[in-house]
Formats: sequence, C-alpha cells, structure tokens
Amino acid sequence: MRAILRRLAFYVLAAWSAVTLNFFLPRMLPGSALQAVLSSIRSAPITPDELHALEAEYGSGGKGLMSQYATYISNLLHGDLGTSTSKSVPVTQVLGADLPWTIGLIGTATVIAFVLGTFLGVIAGWRRGGLLDTLLPVATFFQAIPYYILAFLLLMTMGYLWQWFPLAGGYDITRDSTVEPGWNTGFIGSVADHGVLPVLTIVLASIAGWILGMRNVMITTMDEDYVLVAAAKGLPRWRVVWVAARNAILPSISSLALSVSLIVTGSIVTEIVFSYPGLGLAINNATLDADYPLMQGILLCVTFAVLAVNFLADIVYVILDPRARREA
Amino acid sequence: MSVVGVATAEPAGTGARRRKSRITKSPKIVVGAAILAFFVFIAIFGPTLAPHSASWQASNSSAFAQPPSAKFWLGTDRQQHDILSQVLAGGRSTMVIAFVAGIVASVLSILFGVTAGYIGGLVDDVLSIIANIFLALPGLLILMVVMKPLPAGDTDNPILIGSVIALTAWAYGARVLRAQTLALRDQDYVESARIIGERRPRIIVSEILPNLLPILASSFIFTVIYGIGIYVVLSILGIINPAQASWGTMIQNAQGASAMISNDWWWYAPPALCVALLGIGLALLNFGIDEIVNPRVRSRKGSRRGVRFQLGLTPVVRADRSPNSDVPAPVMEGES
Repeated sequence: MRAILRRLAFYVLAAWSAVTLNFFLPRMLPGSALQAVLSSIRSAPITPDELHALEAEYGSGGKGLMSQYATYISNLLHGDLGTSTSKSVPVTQVLGADLPWTIGLIGTATVIAFVLGTFLGVIAGWRRGGLLDTLLPVATFFQAIPYYILAFLLLMTMGYLWQWFPLAGGYDITRDSTVEPGWNTGFIGSVADHGVLPVLTIVLASIAGWILGMRNVMITTMDEDYVLVAAAKGLPRWRVVWVAARNAILPSISSLALSVSLIVTGSIVTEIVFSYPGLGLAINNATLDADYPLMQGILLCVTFAVLAVNFLADIVYVILDPRARREA
Repeated sequence: MSVVGVATAEPAGTGARRRKSRITKSPKIVVGAAILAFFVFIAIFGPTLAPHSASWQASNSSAFAQPPSAKFWLGTDRQQHDILSQVLAGGRSTMVIAFVAGIVASVLSILFGVTAGYIGGLVDDVLSIIANIFLALPGLLILMVVMKPLPAGDTDNPILIGSVIALTAWAYGARVLRAQTLALRDQDYVESARIIGERRPRIIVSEILPNLLPILASSFIFTVIYGIGIYVVLSILGIINPAQASWGTMIQNAQGASAMISNDWWWYAPPALCVALLGIGLALLNFGIDEIVNPRVRSRKGSRRGVRFQLGLTPVVRADRSPNSDVPAPVMEGES
C-alpha cells in the first residue's frame, strides 16, 4: 500500500507539472499566442464574454502572471478548458466527442499487440532458434519504420491498391443509408471495418517490442533454478513454460507503462493518416487553425491519460510482484 | 545454476581482436552499417550528385506528373520537379536533424541518468522524477504545439529543430543509463578507484562511461530513429515548412496533390521507402549491437549444430572475464 501511495504522490506531482507546462507553453512561444488566437477568431463570431476569457487566458487582460495562473488552475478544477476558437464550442465538448475513438483505437491495438506479442515472445524464448525466432527480424522491420510511413504504406496497398478496407474515417453512413450511428450491428460493423487498418498499423509497429522483450526475459528466466525444479519434478511441458512465463512477464508490464506515451504518439499519427475521428486528427486540425485552447486541452487530456495508464500499470505490478511491495 | 556449453566458435583471443571479428561476422551489423553508410553518403554528396537542382522544373506547360523514364529515372511530380534529384537532395536535413537529436539526447541522458545513478540520494530522486515526467509527456503533441508558431528562419535551422526534438527524447535513455550506473557503482573496480582517491568526475568518465557505451549506442540509435520519424511527420503535417525539399515535404506535396488518387506512385513511394529503409538499417545495427553485448539473446546463428537451446542449457561465452563482460547488459528497458 505504501508503495502505491508513494507512486500516487509522484503522479500528482507529474500532473501538476503537466498543467504548469501547459500554462506556460503558449506564453513562452515566440510571437504572442493571443495574436495567433485572435487573428484566427476574427473570421469567426465571438461574444465579448469569450474575448474576455481569452484575454484572461493568454495574459493580455493586464493581470499579473500569478493571478492568471490562479485563474487557470481554478478553471481547470471546474472542468473548464476554455472554448475552441475554430469550432466555437467548449473544448471539453470536443474532447468528449473525440476521446472515445482514440481510446477505442489505442485500447484495441495495445491489447492485441501486448497479448499476442507476449504470447509469441514466450514461444520464441522457449524454442530459441526455432522458426519463430528466426522470423523475429521481420517484426523488427515494422518497428523501425516510422508510424506515418507504415500507415501510409498500408493505406496505399491494402486500402487503395487492393481495396480491402476503407480509406478514411471512423465509420461511413453515406454508402449505406440503413446504417446510423448508435449501438446497432450495421454501425458497429462499419466502425470495425474502418478500424482494421489503423489498428493493424499500431499492432505491427509495436508488437516487435513485446515479442523481443518477452523472449529475452524468458531466456534469462528459463535458467532459474525453480524452472529446472519444475521440469525435474516431471510437470507437463506447458506447466513449466507457464512457471517461467509468469515470472518473465513483470518487465513487460513496467515497459508497457514506459511505452504508453510512445504508443499514443504513434496512434495520433495513425489517426491523421486515416482521418480517424479521434484526438490525433483533432489536434492536427487545431494546429492548422492555430486553435490554442483546443491544442492545450488535448495535450492536457492525453498527458493525464498517459499518467493514468502508468498508475494502473504500477498497481498491477505491485499486485503481481511481492518484492515491489516490500521495497518501498 | 546454468549448465554452460560453448556456443561460439571463436577461440579466446585478445578482447579487441575478438570484438572486431565479432562485428564483421554479424550480418545484421554489416547490412545495417552498409545501409546507414549509403544514406550518409547521400546526405553528404546527394545534392551534388543530383542531375538537377531540387527546384528545377522540366517544363512550365505540362501539369501531369511524368512516370519514370530514361530521362527522369524516378519520374517527375506535377510541377515537373525531378523526383530523383529531390530524393537525393532531401535526405540531408532529415539525417542532420536526426543525428543532432541523437547527440543532444545522449548528452542529456548521460547528464541526468549517470549523475542520478552515481550520486544517488536526493539528487537521484529529483532527477528521476524529472526524467519520469518527461517520459510521460506525449512528445509529438508538444512538438506540434511548440513548432507551429516558429518563424521560417528557425524551422530551417537543423541544430535548433534537432535540439527541440531531443528535449522530448532524452528521458528514455536517462532511465536505462541510471539503472545500469546503479549496477556498476558497486562493482569492485569502481570501489577500488574510489578508495585510491580518484575524483568523482574522473571515476564517472573513465570507469563508468566506457562500460555504458553499448547501452548509449543503442539508445542513440533509438533516438535517431525517433528523430527521423518525428521530423518526417512534422513536415508531412505542415507543422514545419523547410525551404529545401526534404523527404517529408515531398510526401506532403504528393498528398496535397492527391497523388494517391491519380496513382502517381513514383511521387510518394521513393521518399517513403527511403525513410523506411533508413529506419530498418538503423534497427538492424541496434539488433546487432544488442547481440554482441548480450550473447544470451543471440539466436542459433553462429552456434554449432548439435547444441540445442533448451531448458537449463544456455550456451554463453565464458572465455572473456574482463570487467566488461561481467556486467550483464539489461535485457530490456524497465528491468530495474
């Protein structure tokens, strides 16, 4: 329990730093962010209230930095992330609409990559020098190709050239008029169809890491005395592998926590390539429109999500590994 | 306890000679280094070798991208630029920025990681927290927000762009280096250096750092791969608009002109494949280095037939007992 509390303290500190960074980022940029924001608004309708809020947010309202910071924190605590200048709706509303897509995409892809990769890693480590082991460099190739290029190549081949999967978007209600958004089979089918290529991109790009990591730890773990004992006792093969794998999975879990932010980065790129209606596409559009409130909101949201996943991984680790409980 | 078999064919030679033969024997390193050398060559001499300048246009009247021909080996884009020339000229900025990012990130990760690991205590706590916070921040998003408003002069400055990319990339290396420094700190030879009164900087530079080199090399390569990906993505998304043609801007142009719909594959495929191939070469290099410093993870290649990898029998090299081989390289990050 103390271990978890200790970690929690770190996450509170990390969250505070992220919030503070988010506050100072637009103020440190060359050229006033407010100028950019205002120039992008001039075309869009804006109420005096909104203008006032923006001035308070970007520091041209004549208030000191500290009081701006206090306003910012207090707004944040009230769940107010400001108003998107390009869409003229609250940032939280945009986040609410886009976040589920991103979570669905990253969640599905990461679960597939982690489970499948770990499983393949166990086999590759167990049968070292076997067929799977010699095929390993192929998986590494995909890891070495930047996400954008990989997504692009998949889009060009499977999407465009062979037309196996749709090219863009998260769902399609124009092609088939009976399909409408909601929990019905037609819509879910459409979402699944559109999700294949983005998910495949993330899985291909990240699976090699899990296979390789698991394989290498498996190889070390199999030298441990307790695995030898398990085999000497005459346990069936799969039970021996299970004993080794159960212990070898710990580093994979802590590296899951470490690589979440890399996976998020990759999935944002993937979303942009496939015009997938998640946060990645939203921040790309926000950047193009110089929509700072939305950019900051997404940045903050993603950082918090990464921290939350890290915290979850920590808890799982502490549950699985008794040593982690004692050390703290 | 592991039963030790002798897996590698080489006899125990001097360390240097053995390492050299090991490097040239590893096909992964040879191929990876060859690919890297090829792209370094292009980065240096590409713009000179290119038949035309990157902004040269074949004609002003045509508005169709010409497919590859004897005259234009890789065809032209819709504005009649020679693709081959652009590919040759476009590698330099990508390579320079990725390597600057790798170097700056390595320096930062040594400063943070080794200092934290060696000094320990409160310094370690503070530095580790900073590194962990940077690790959790989504680098690409921050770069998008930060780089968008940069004036054009700054986006053409490879040192600046590379350094900013490095700021989001050093934390991973710092963590690995810290874990390894912790393991090295209590080694006998470091202890004895301390006892005979060596100063701390000297111990770090001459006792600790040489043994961190393999890890440093691998995290350097990792950062370079990351830097290439980030720079290419930033230019494809139009976040930064370098004045000279780069692989990223070529793909951006092709996408902007819907080259994929008009099926002008020669327009976007060459730069995309260059980026992919460069990444693969670097990854092969990384793989090869990993197998050298960590013989256990090697697959069968190089071992005699007849030695079967199986439970309790892990062939490892036992000939060399220099301090270098005593330190097990971390099997993977996150082991600490």
